[in-house]
Parts: sequence; structure tokens; C-alpha cells
Amino acid sequence: MNAPADNALFDLTLTDDQRMNRETVQRFAQADIRPHAMVADVDRTTPTGFYDKTLELGLTLMPIPEALGGAGIDRSPVSNVLNIEDLAHGDLSLALGAISPLAFVNTLIDQGTDAQKEKYLPSFCGESFHAATTALLEPRATFDHHDLHCVAATVDNGYEISGVKTLVPLGLSAELMLVIAQMDDGTPGAFIIEGSPDGLSRTPETHMGLASLEVARLEFDKVQVEADARLGDSAFNFERFIDLSNLGICALAVGTCQAVLDYVKEYCNERVAFGEPITNRQSVAFMIADIAIELEAMRLMTWRAAARAEAGQPFHQEAYLAKTFCAEQAMKIGTDGVQLLGGHGFCREHPVEMWYRNLRAIAILDGVASV
Amino acid sequence: MINLEISKGHREIRDGLMQVSEHMIRPLSRKYDRQEHAYPKEMEEVAKLLKGARSARDKKGGEKPPAEGVVNAGNLGAVTSLEALCWGDVGLFLGMPGSGLGNAAINAVGTPEQVEKYGKSYAAMCITEPGTGSDSANISTTAVADGNEWVINGEKIYVTDGERSDTLVVWATLDKSLGKAAIKSFIVEKGTPGCEVTRLEHKMGIRASDTAAISFNDCRIPRENVLGSAEVATDAEGRKKAFGGVMQTFDNTRPPVAAMAIGVARAALDLAQELLQREGVELQYTRKPGNSSALEAELYRMEADWHAARLLVQKAAWMADNRQPNSMEASMCKAKAGRMGNYVTLRCVELCQGLGYSEEFLLEKFARDSKILDIFEGTQQIQQLIVARRVLGKSSSELK
Repeated sequence: MNAPADNALFDLTLTDDQRMNRETVQRFAQADIRPHAMVADVDRTTPTGFYDKTLELGLTLMPIPEALGGAGIDRSPVSNVLNIEDLAHGDLSLALGAISPLAFVNTLIDQGTDAQKEKYLPSFCGESFHAATTALLEPRATFDHHDLHCVAATVDNGYEISGVKTLVPLGLSAELMLVIAQMDDGTPGAFIIEGSPDGLSRTPETHMGLASLEVARLEFDKVQVEADARLGDSAFNFERFIDLSNLGICALAVGTCQAVLDYVKEYCNERVAFGEPITNRQSVAFMIADIAIELEAMRLMTWRAAARAEAGQPFHQEAYLAKTFCAEQAMKIGTDGVQLLGGHGFCREHPVEMWYRNLRAIAILDGVASV
Repeated sequence: MINLEISKGHREIRDGLMQVSEHMIRPLSRKYDRQEHAYPKEMEEVAKLLKGARSARDKKGGEKPPAEGVVNAGNLGAVTSLEALCWGDVGLFLGMPGSGLGNAAINAVGTPEQVEKYGKSYAAMCITEPGTGSDSANISTTAVADGNEWVINGEKIYVTDGERSDTLVVWATLDKSLGKAAIKSFIVEKGTPGCEVTRLEHKMGIRASDTAAISFNDCRIPRENVLGSAEVATDAEGRKKAFGGVMQTFDNTRPPVAAMAIGVARAALDLAQELLQREGVELQYTRKPGNSSALEAELYRMEADWHAARLLVQKAAWMADNRQPNSMEASMCKAKAGRMGNYVTLRCVELCQGLGYSEEFLLEKFARDSKILDIFEGTQQIQQLIVARRVLGKSSSELK
């Protein structure tokens, strides 16, 4: 990681690498994501070959050490946040699907043992998309990640996992899963599950949004895993895991809200009512100004926390507040986006209603987008 | 490289100013809030201290800006300092003897001679008139050339530091029929015949800061006291540019005013959390806001909003330091900080209930002080207008 010196300056300049990489990802989002987003949402399917196509971005390849087949570029929370923001500008659901393996890889690199890295990382360096995911959320009102009902009981030679997980991205096809469960001592642990062991059942879920992301419910009925399936060899740093994931979720919000802003700007400038563009009216124009203001603040909150994480500084409060802010503002922007288009916004001819439905997920998602 | 922490040098300045705020300014807050137009004598000491610290830094060479690359200079330094001083007391800061908004104008556009003569005087800014608030292009005060002098006539209100200052920077028109382009600013020394402070306003907040009404009756000043060119552009493009130049001053003054709101809001959040802690309410930053008590959730929300506004202020200041045009960002941060400051200070009163509303503590004062920060230097609505025009690519004739 690049730790800035103690005399580092306040700086909003991207590195040359970040700038070039952004251009690539933005081009991809515009050409290969956005045009498919609405159709995929209506069909509730991922466009054929989409995830394999994302391999050209090398998202998971980047942080994996060269010795394990990767590019060996240090994992960078800032670059990850930028990538996720730009992908989500294309579509939130497909962006989350595309980065689910990256989130798995990031957590593995961050907290896994050398043996676990050697065992699993090479599979993300191949020619085809390797679906992997993280399962944290549980299906009940008032769910909080500090209160897990899914348990990992200690048994001979390993653990026995029982419980239910919801809203798991790529939950049907994931070959590797990081499952968070409470252990006997009451602390959370993360467990790597391969394939479909006995006792695991996967069922597709449908939600108000994230329709083109293959979301599943996972039920664990006394699923046996070996002792070395537990991530890392010391206590799981749960707070750090949640925080790093929150930054990815914030970035999803930023990218999607930028899409909303770009869209309403153009639409409302062209939309004529009472003889002139509706943006000539303050009630419309101020709503758009406020979207721009709050969106920029969302971005800065996210970047700040990511930069702190990257520099090895404490970033828990920053990540918590970024998520709090992004969750609230994202939904406000989502609903204003529909409002600004009026009845047209409510109909599926425009993407704003899809963004509204997808942005509702920001406050709920947890643990799935580690940067 | 992305790094949104203020630099070590600015952190040190802030820490020092927080000490000054806590020990030298805050203890005076209630006294000068109650004695509205009393001169805060003790603040001379603070002003001297700050001046001393500034010149010591200058002598040391400060943080030498590199030949190329990013700098953290005066603008970031100013918002960082203001945040700390206004955590102490925004009214006392505004009323601090020695320097006013007029100094910013003189230093920004004055000739070397003007800066030499007036740059270090205590200069207030006279823009608003009884009939003209946000529509500052519509002022009626006139300046007429007469031999070697300008003759100024008109009435100005809401002049911060109007009574205590030594120098006034006065906006006046050379010919109202020519519109914005004919508006120029003039340096008037206090005590010039015809220039008179007619009234001090009684205000809801920032009562330690004097706010004056000043009248100009055939007030004669030297011809060289015009700031910038005295020519009135003849073509539309030139006219637009001329007033644009005047308005650009605001790009530099909006982030500092936004920083004042950051300081007051922080003061309110700190005090409210101290009072709430006595009742066992303490933020843990663990459970989601939605799974916390309503009180805790609201505190999380306000903390988040405070950081959001602060980062927008720092971004606008950073852009100015690095010579990037920041007109839109300056308005964005002023809009966000202004409404955040007002919301947060009022909510802190509410959350602390009887103690919040009482003069026993300063929460009620912060709530009164914060309101003006969403009004002066461009109201919330003016900032939204500026941001909207920029975002939507609209002219002022399209989006009125």
C-alpha cells in the first residue's frame, strides 16, 4: 500500500494510472454495460457473456501476486472505489455482479492465510470469469451485522454451519463463497465454502431491484467444513471487513447517482412545458443543483475513507459516516430522479425508475463489496 | 494522489487556534452576546496573537510551494483557520479588530499602491442597500467624477465591522443606466466628510459583530481610490466581464464563510454530545443508524452531514490554491455548509431540550449565530441558482 508521508498534502489529483484506468472502465461501462442494463433488468437475466467480457478489465487479476498468476499490483482501495463508481455508472446490478469476485479476492488478500491465498487466488487469473461472492445478510427485519443468527459450531476437524443468508450476489453460480457466521465464542468468523457441499441449498430471490444481478438465498443445514476453511489464522477483523465493503457500496451509490444526474440534466433541459425548458424554473433547477451538491459530497466522503484505508490510517468512523451519508442521499437522489421526469420517470421507457429501485438497496447491502 | 486529510502544517495551525478559541474566545461568548454593541476589547489580544503567529510563519518562509505540483496554500489555510476560530465564536471572530471583508477585496484587485496604503488597514465592505439584497447588480449608490475626486452618494446597510473599521470598500455605480458594467468599488477612509455611520443593527445572532448602516452624502474621495479600472466597457462582452470580475471576489470569500458554518456546527455537535453523554447517550459507530435509537441515528446523520459539508469546503479551497476555477464549487460548499450549519445547530438545541434552549449553555446561541451564515455572502437560494446554472449550462437570462 502507498502510505503517504506524514507531511502529505490535501490532494484531489488522480495518479496517471488511475486516470488512464478510469478512462478504460468508463468506456467499458458506456459501451458494454449501459446499453444492456434496462433489457437485463426487465428480463431479470445477465446479458450473455457479460461477466467473461469484464475480464478484459483485469479487476481481480490486478491485486493478485505475480507468483500466483496475477498482475501483482498492490491492492488499492482508492482504485477499487474509482472502478466500482465507474462500473455503476453503467449499471448498479451488473457492476455489483462484476465486482463480487473482486470483493472475495480483496478480503482473501486482506485477511487470508498464505495457504488460503495459494489455494484460491490462482483460479481468478484464468481465461473465464470465476464467480465468487460473500454472504452476510440474513432475512429478517432489524438485521444488523452485529447480530448474526447463522452459526458456525465447532465440531471434530472443523465447523458446522447452519443458518440462512439472503441477497447473495451471484448466489446461484458462485463456486466460492465467503460466509460470515457466529462462532461458539460469540465472535463472527468468515468461512470459505467451495461448490455445493451437502446441506447447502440455493434458491433464486427476486427483489424490487438488482433484477439482473443473480441474487440468491442460501440455506445452510449443518454444512460441514474443514478447520482450514475459516479465513485467516487469527480472529476475523470483522469491523475492517464491514468498513472496506461499505466503501465499495458507497462507490456503487456514487456511480449510480452520477448516472441519475447526467440523465435528468439532459432530459429536463430538453423537456418543454409552459413554453420553455423546465430547467428555466427554479423548482426544477434547484432540485438538480442539490443532486449535484450532495453527490459531490458522497464522492468526497467515499474517497476520503478509501484514501485513509489505503494509507493504513484508521478509517472506521469515516467509512461508517460515508455509508450513512451515501445511503440517505442515494435514495433522495433516486427518488428525485423519478420526480424530475414526472409520469415518464415512473414508466419503464426511462432508466430512472430502475435506478430508484436499485438505489433502495444501498442502505441494505452490507459486506458484499470489499475494496 | 488522493488524500483528503489537511496537511501537517495546517493541522498545527488549527490545533493552535483551537486552543485560542477554547481559552480566549469562548469564555467571552456570552458576555458579548448580551452586550450587543460593546467593543470586544479582549479580542485585541487575540488579534495580536494571531498576527504574531502569522508573521512568525511568514518569516520562517511558511510551507514553501514547490515549483510544480499540488499546493496547500492560503485558501485551505483560511478555511482551516476559520473553522477553528468560529468553533470558538463566529460573532467574535467577525468582530475581531484588524481585518474585514474589505481587506480581501483590496488585496485581490488593488494596485500595489492601494495595497501598500490600505491593505493592512481595517477594511469593511459596503455592498447591500436598503432596496437591494441578493440582487447586488442593482445598487443605486452613485460615484461621479469631479476633477481629481469622486463624489459618492447613497446609503449602505449590513456593513460588517462598519463602525469599528478604518476603511470602507464601497460598491457604487458610475451610471445606473449602463447596468452591471458601471459598478465599481471605491476605497473610502472613515472620517471623510459626508461619510457617516447612521445606525447599528440589533440582530438575532453574531451580536458581537457590529453591523452598520452608513450614508454617503457628497462624500469626496481621491480619483486614485477606485479599485480596478474606472472605464465602463462599451460592448456586451466587456460589460459581462467587468461585473464578472467584481463577482469573482465571492469565489474567494464563499468557502471561508462556509468554513464558519463548519466551525459553528462542530461547536454545537461537540457541546450537544457532551450534554447527551451525561445521560448515557454515546455514539459507538457500530450498529446501523436504522438499528440505533432515534437520537443516536440523528447524531450519526448530523456527523455525516458535517463531514460532507466540510469536504466540499476543503475541495473548493484546494481548487483555489491550485488555480483551478472554482466558482461552482465555491457555491456548492456555501449552499451545503449553510444549510447544514443551520440544521445541525437547531437540532442540537432540540435534542438537548431544556438545556439546549437555555442561556445556561451556548447551544441556543450557536443556533442563533448559524442562521446568518446561510444568508450573507449569497443566500442558500443564490448559491443554488449559481450551481444550477453551471450544472445545466444556463445563462442568467434563461434561469432567473
